[in-house]
Amino acid sequence: MSKRVLLVEDEPNIIEAIRFILSRDGWSVETHLDGATAVDRIVAAPPDVLVLDVMLPGKSGFDILKEIRADPATAALPVLMLTAKGQGRDRELAERYGASCFMTKPFANAEVLKTVNALKSGAFGRV
Amino acid sequence: MTFNALVAISLAYVAFLFAVAYFADRRAQRSIGGWLSSPLVYTLSLSVYCTAWTFYGAVGYAARSGLEFITIYLGPTLVFTGWWLLLRKLVRVGRSQRITSIADMISSRYGKSNLLGILVTVMAVVGTTPYIALQLQSVTLSFGVFAVPNSEFWVPANPASTGLWVASGLALFTILFGTRNLNTNERHYGVVMAIAVEAVVKLLALMAVGAFVVWGLADGPADVLSRIDASPIAGWEIVPARWAGLIFTSAAAILCLPRMFQVLVVENADEAHLGTASWAFPLYLCLMSLFVVPIAVVGLAEMPANANPDLFVLTLPLKEGREGLAVFAFLGGFSSATSMVIVAALALATMVSNHIVMPLYLSRQSGGVTVAGDVRQVVLMARRFSIAGVLLLGYLYYRFSGGTEALASIGLISFLGVSQVLPALLGGLYWRGGTRAGAAAGLVTGFVVWAYTLFLPSFGAAGPFSAAMMADGPLGIYWLRPQGLFGITGMDPLIHTLFWSILLNTIAYCGFSIFTFPTPLERLQGAQIVNVFEHTLGARGWSRGSAKAEDLLMMAQRILGSDDAQALFQSEAAAQGKAGYLPDTTPEFLDHLERELSASVGGATAHAMVGQIAGSSAVLVEDLIRVADEAQQILEYSNRLEAQSEELERTARQLRDANQKLTELSIQKDAFLSQISHELRTPMTSVRAFAEILREGGLTEDENKRYAGIIHDEAVRLTRLLDDLLDLSVLENAQVSLTLGTARLHELIDRAIAATGAMTEVRASGGLQVFRNATDEQIDLITDADRLTQVFINLIGNAKKYCDADAPELRIRVRRQNGLAVVDFIDNGSGIPARSQDIIFEKFSRLSDQAAAGGAGLGLAICREIMQRLGGAIEYLPGQGGAAFRVTLPLAVGAARAAE
Repeated sequence: MSKRVLLVEDEPNIIEAIRFILSRDGWSVETHLDGATAVDRIVAAPPDVLVLDVMLPGKSGFDILKEIRADPATAALPVLMLTAKGQGRDRELAERYGASCFMTKPFANAEVLKTVNALKSGAFGRV
Repeated sequence: MTFNALVAISLAYVAFLFAVAYFADRRAQRSIGGWLSSPLVYTLSLSVYCTAWTFYGAVGYAARSGLEFITIYLGPTLVFTGWWLLLRKLVRVGRSQRITSIADMISSRYGKSNLLGILVTVMAVVGTTPYIALQLQSVTLSFGVFAVPNSEFWVPANPASTGLWVASGLALFTILFGTRNLNTNERHYGVVMAIAVEAVVKLLALMAVGAFVVWGLADGPADVLSRIDASPIAGWEIVPARWAGLIFTSAAAILCLPRMFQVLVVENADEAHLGTASWAFPLYLCLMSLFVVPIAVVGLAEMPANANPDLFVLTLPLKEGREGLAVFAFLGGFSSATSMVIVAALALATMVSNHIVMPLYLSRQSGGVTVAGDVRQVVLMARRFSIAGVLLLGYLYYRFSGGTEALASIGLISFLGVSQVLPALLGGLYWRGGTRAGAAAGLVTGFVVWAYTLFLPSFGAAGPFSAAMMADGPLGIYWLRPQGLFGITGMDPLIHTLFWSILLNTIAYCGFSIFTFPTPLERLQGAQIVNVFEHTLGARGWSRGSAKAEDLLMMAQRILGSDDAQALFQSEAAAQGKAGYLPDTTPEFLDHLERELSASVGGATAHAMVGQIAGSSAVLVEDLIRVADEAQQILEYSNRLEAQSEELERTARQLRDANQKLTELSIQKDAFLSQISHELRTPMTSVRAFAEILREGGLTEDENKRYAGIIHDEAVRLTRLLDDLLDLSVLENAQVSLTLGTARLHELIDRAIAATGAMTEVRASGGLQVFRNATDEQIDLITDADRLTQVFINLIGNAKKYCDADAPELRIRVRRQNGLAVVDFIDNGSGIPARSQDIIFEKFSRLSDQAAAGGAGLGLAICREIMQRLGGAIEYLPGQGGAAFRVTLPLAVGAARAAE
């Protein structure tokens, strides 16, 4: 069975970078650009791991996280939050809303890969 | 004197009037004031009361009925001498409520009811049309006198075509000078000036003929007096009832005639002018009537027994071979007729367009009043067609009843018809209890009685009423005989009608007023108008807060034009202590706006339009109590300490605004930090990720190239962000030195469009269409061309990025105004919400989170700094249907600096 990751992110170049890093490791990478419709997509076909940006057009990543945690089908979905704002407040919010892991841009490629794999194998509980 | 020569003289005279009107209009455009709005011109314009009917007809009247003609002058004289009582109030109300016509006056007083407006308009049209026909007839007849020399009876050569020419010429004149623009106060300086000149001509003409008669034909005043004694005129007896009735009728007419209301109230520039007119106008009337009896007496003696006394003014000089004098007299009569027709057509057209055409147009238009587009053209066209229509009606009336007895006697009939407005008018000015239902009932009753007893019978046996019906009443009902209502006989028909119509009219008005309940708006209007001289509490016709200033601005622009509307909103906002174009929609502001609009489209329409946006005019109970209780009013007024509370209110509003802005800014400040972090980290992320990928190697040649390309692009993006930040900081610290030079605005905009055209990265499928006017853009500037272009690039780029219309368009409008160049950039997108309009010029205030837009939200902040350095300004222009920015800059930067 292949490993599926869904990347919700709106910067085309960042999408390309993450897609390259993960697919080289055997991940099948799906992407979604729009915040407003992201929840529907996630609930419709929950991936093994969700990589979620904070600043999204339409709806913020925190709101999306809140909604998928409220839905029993995706309540336990491993989620890696990415943010470019890098303020302590963002990390707090991510923790409060139940992100599995939190990472600040710019990131090291190896670390992203390591975290996603770890999330897949259930190494992280809720943060 | 040939007929053609006379036509040539008339045309030359008309051309002269055109020149006068044109000159006066031009002068009024430059500056309002000076002799154009002097009390003398005002008084002379009032002489539009003296029509051809008085110019020619007075002599005929005197020849037939002795001194009775003087009653027509006595009524107005009484009204003017007692101006302090009535006229002053009428004019004050007219000015304070921005009344546009007698119909508007009645409609405004009774709760801005358009039904009443329509009613009065219809009555005015019915009452005035025959009168216009009479004027056309007098002009054709006087032409006829010259056309057939030595004839004692005038046989108009071709009355139909002469009448048509005269009517068309007058329509043209009225349209040209009466509907040139929608004046904010509905004044027509050109027309008024022409009317004043005509007033002088007709007075001098009549006096010249009089002098000729007294000193040329008779042997001076003593001889004339003895001739009067000897003539049949001396034998006429005064009939008191008829005299009183006629004086009353003419006094009512000077208040109610549409044309008199136009010159008396609407065209009044200064209330003080009434003081002068109160003695000068009666003096004018006195001079007009001075020689009437001598001319009539001498005419009766000198002319053959069957000569028409109505034309003595013309035929006496002609008989003595004084052609020059006769032509002068002809011009006098011509002036009387034309001035009446012009003003009457203008007044009627205003009523028809404001009370009938505009309400229809607005109700047929879907989408309400805020739709973009200019209604002014519609109003003007409605007026033009109404003028042509009114004159056509007059002409048709003349064609079908011309030359008959009916037309000759129509003057007084017409007076009586329009006098039916009097009870509603006087009641409205002095009695708070008058209601809309009462006014309507009175008007309809009076009008029906008048039509039944006087107007319809005036057509004679050929008209709608047969001789049998006149003698025995309809269906043989004796007491309904048109000229013997309720079995009362032996009354003069005119007095009969006057008595019954005014009596029943007044009874209906009072009765219905007492037994109906006025609406809140009627009460407010009633109190405001009846108590116009006392302090007013402000209108309070509107409740606070429901209207959106931007919608109101959009609507106002359609009626007042963009410039005037923007100026009005801006000054109102400034008075409230706010910057920009959008004042708070306080009840006071709504009321002010409504008054300004009503000057263009009438009270009822303006009220309906504002009502569409502001919601129904909720009148508060406390307002009504305030209005109801006089003592309470005075007490409250003294307690209010108006000045201070207003000042406090303004300060509080300023504080509230400042506080709101600070809160917004502090949120902005937080957002600024995370924003700048985001803006820097996002490109960094791509750079770092791909740098790591490249370092690990093992890629194809294509991939290598592509990833290096991404790193390069993101590095450029970072650089641009830093450049913008530095640019802004330099501008803010005033360290920038301008490179001034001469530049043509057109070329700068060209450059900006070319530069943004290259920005294909923004939106490949954008296809923004730019509309410009190259001729307007030919303005030479002394400025920093590069900096100014940078501003333009930013604005055009923004339209490209953010205009969300399906077919995005950008209009660039350039204008020169008070030594400034004004450049508007208006797109057709959804614009910027009102609450954000204040902060878009702040740093990092990009409204959406669309990173795709590629900017850091510094563009407009930079633009604002640049425009400040260039001595100009940039501001958001609300109410344009899309996002709109206005750049104003001095034609020369140095000059502005020096001026500072």
